[in-house]
Amino acid sequence: MFDDFFIRALVAGIGIAFVTGPLGCFVVWRRLSYFGDTLSHSALLGVTMAYTFDLNIAISVFLISSVIALILIQLQKKTNLPGDALLGLLAHSSLAVGLVVIGFLTFIRFDIMGLLFGDILAVTTNDLLVIWTGGALILIVLKLIWKPLLASTVNYELAEAEGLNPDRAKAIFTILMAAVIAISIKMVGLLLITGMLIIPAAMARNISDSPQKMVLFSIIGGLLSVILGLYSSLEFNTSSGPSIIAAALILFILSLFKIKQSIKLKN
Amino acid sequence: MNSNNNILVKLNNAGFRQGEKWLVEGVSLTVEKGKIVTLIGPNGSGKSTTAKIALGIYKNIEGTVEKYTTKVSYVPQKISIDWTLPIRVYDFMLLTETIEDSAIDEALSLTGVIHLKNKNLGSLSGGEFQRVLIARAISKKPELLVLDEPVQGVDYTGEIALYELIKKISDTLNCGILLISHDLHMVMKATDHVVCLNGHVCCSGSPIDVAKNNEYKALFGEKASQILTTYEHKHDHVHSDEGEIKKN
Repeated sequence: MFDDFFIRALVAGIGIAFVTGPLGCFVVWRRLSYFGDTLSHSALLGVTMAYTFDLNIAISVFLISSVIALILIQLQKKTNLPGDALLGLLAHSSLAVGLVVIGFLTFIRFDIMGLLFGDILAVTTNDLLVIWTGGALILIVLKLIWKPLLASTVNYELAEAEGLNPDRAKAIFTILMAAVIAISIKMVGLLLITGMLIIPAAMARNISDSPQKMVLFSIIGGLLSVILGLYSSLEFNTSSGPSIIAAALILFILSLFKIKQSIKLKN
Repeated sequence: MNSNNNILVKLNNAGFRQGEKWLVEGVSLTVEKGKIVTLIGPNGSGKSTTAKIALGIYKNIEGTVEKYTTKVSYVPQKISIDWTLPIRVYDFMLLTETIEDSAIDEALSLTGVIHLKNKNLGSLSGGEFQRVLIARAISKKPELLVLDEPVQGVDYTGEIALYELIKKISDTLNCGILLISHDLHMVMKATDHVVCLNGHVCCSGSPIDVAKNNEYKALFGEKASQILTTYEHKHDHVHSDEGEIKKN
C-alpha cells in the first residue's frame, strides 16, 4: 500500500499535520515563531551530519536542533543582546555553516531545493515509521504537559505559584519543537516548517473561542493544507512544501471572512 | 521546634534583590490557618515582592521560606491575556486544576459573575476580570490564598461585598490569607495581623498596634492612623473627609 510515493507522502503529511496543529497553537500563543525559524534553519546542519555519518535524518536533525536550543538558552542568560537578535544570529549562522559544510561534502550530491522546500519523492517507508511513532510520542508528551504549559502561557507566575512547575514544561516543549522539526523537514522543507506551525494555528484563531477548539481547528486546517497541497504539488509539479503552505494560506484568508462576519454581527 | 501545625507559610528574614537593588529585605511573617495577614505600604515598598517570595515565585532569595501546604491559590496584581489565545471564563477557571462544574458555578456566583461564564476573558472589564480572578482562586478551595490587590477596579459596593466574601472564605475554608490591600478600612475590619512595609518591615502587629505606631504615622500620615483607630470601637457611621458624621 505504501509502494506509491504519493500515498507515502500523503500518509507522512497527515501524520505531520496532527502534530504541527497543537504545537503551532503554542508557537502562536507564546510568540515563538522566530524560535521555530531558528531551530529549523539549524536543521540543515543536522542533515549534513546525517549524510556524513550515515545517520537517520530525523534523529540527527533532532539532536542538532536540541543543541541549538540549549545554546540559545545559555546565550540568553549570558549576554545582553535582545532575544530577536540572538535568534537571528543563531538562525542565519547555522544555516550558513550548514551550506558551507555541504559545499565541502563533494562526494554526495545534495538536492538543496528539496532540503529547503521539501520533496514528496524523498519520503521512504522508514520515514513514515519515524513520523508516526515520533508524532505519537510528541502528542502524548504534549498532552501530559498541557495544563502547566497552558497555565504558564496565560501567566507564568500564576503557574509557578500554584505549583505547576512552568520551567519544566517550557524545557519539555522546547524539545518537542526540535522533534516536530525533525519529523517534518523532509516533507515541508526547512525554510517553511514554521509556516506549517503558524498558518493553520492563525487560521484556527479566527474561528475559535477556546484553546481546545483552536487546537482542533488547527489540526483540521493542517490536514486540509497537506491534502490540498500535495495534490496540487502532484498536479502542477511544484515542490511539496510551498504547495502545502500556499494551501494553508488560502484557508487562512477564508477564515478572515468569518472574523468580518462576527464583527458585523456585534455591531 | 515548630510545634504549631497551623502554620501554612513562614518567612524568616526574607529578602529579594534584583541586580544591586533590594526590592525588599528582612521580612519575617507567618500565615496561619484561618488567619488573614495584610501587607500595607506605599508603592514600591515590596508588597508584591513579599507575596511572590511567600509563593516561591522568586527563587534566589535571602533568608528562608518554609511552606507547609501545596494547596495554594494566587490572585496576581496583573494578568494580561494575549489576543492570540482564545480563552473563556470557563476555561480560565480550569487553568491550574481540574474542578467540578458545580464548584465553578458556585464560585462564579459568589463573586457575582456567573453570567460571564462563556464570555471571552479578553472582553471583560477590569472589575469583572478581578471578580473572575477571585472566583478562580476560591473555587480551588485552597489552604493558602494570596491576594494581590484583589479588588482593584471593582465598584465601591462590590469592593465591600468582595472583602466580606474573602473574610467569609477564610472562616469557612479555614484557609490562611495573605492580602495586599490599599483599603485601610478593610484592613482594620477583617485582618488579624498587619505588616507595614517600606522596603523592610517598618512595623507589624494587630491593626490597632500598627495604627498607633509612629513609623506607620510617618509613612501614611496622621489621617490614616485615625482611620484605623476609629475602628477600635464599634461604629455605625463613618467620618467624611470634612469631619462630618455620616450614618451607614
